Amino acid sequence: MRAFVSFSVLALIVVGLALSLSHIPFGTDRMQVGNYYLDHGVADTGASNIVTAVVLNYRALDTLGEVTVLFIASLGLGVFLSWPKKKEGTQEEGKRELPEASLIVRRGSQFLFPLIILFGGYIFLHGHLTPGGGFQGGSVIASAFLLMFLGNNAYRLRHTPLTVTESLAGITFVVVGLIGLGVGGYFLNNFLPKGNMFSLFSAGVIPILYSAIGLKVGAELSGIVANMFESRSER
Amino acid sequence: MIYIAILTVAMLVAGLAAYFFRDLIAAVVACAAVSLIASVLFYLLHAPDVAMAEAAIGAGLTTAIFVIAIRKTGRYEK
Repeated sequence: MRAFVSFSVLALIVVGLALSLSHIPFGTDRMQVGNYYLDHGVADTGASNIVTAVVLNYRALDTLGEVTVLFIASLGLGVFLSWPKKKEGTQEEGKRELPEASLIVRRGSQFLFPLIILFGGYIFLHGHLTPGGGFQGGSVIASAFLLMFLGNNAYRLRHTPLTVTESLAGITFVVVGLIGLGVGGYFLNNFLPKGNMFSLFSAGVIPILYSAIGLKVGAELSGIVANMFESRSER
Repeated sequence: MIYIAILTVAMLVAGLAAYFFRDLIAAVVACAAVSLIASVLFYLLHAPDVAMAEAAIGAGLTTAIFVIAIRKTGRYEK
């Protein structure tokens, strides 16, 4: 009986989907908004990277939501990993300290660390000109911290600067949006002048917002990596 | 075009390997291979923004976080 009911519900859904899909003409554009972005995006925003123009101008509010989701995930991981520390932190005293990495790995990671940070900063500062942006640059920065953790056993990250950076970046994003609300009438309005195309200081508020996102994502992902490593060494 | 087909097949093989491996470290490496091939595919399909995000997050950070988590727990699937 239950199988019959579930099969008939399934058949009903399949028939309904097929009927409704048969009314949609196949092979034609159903969305005209993408063509609008491609035609007018550069002139509207001044950003030569159309993806950035969509992410930080037309759909900037969604990006704020995305950053918030990442923040909540990082917060949840931090809470989860620090939860059982007081109860069982000492009883599982496994003496398996990792052997120190070789000199080449240690020095190599220390040499590459500032270069990778620089590359991440380049990616998010040029987010409106070239492919990439805040999320990509932030994750590159976090991978630099990951390299330091992997190469050096004694490497520890202080959490206070990370938290301060992340909070300031988030506040910057919201404050820029609120200034746009005050000046232009809607949240995250691009109120600064567009400037010359293909120059670093162009596209209005987009470089500011992407720098804020890059720092925030970098700090959050570095915090996640640091939390994972530190929780391992305390067991 | 032929590259895209080869890469897609390799991605499917890596995904199946990730499902069938009992050694979790090997499964995580297979997942990283899926992400890496996906990133190359995104690049070939003219989506460099997504390719960068996939390479940095999918192939890099996620793999590292999974490996740390496996070190903390158990290596072999029961």
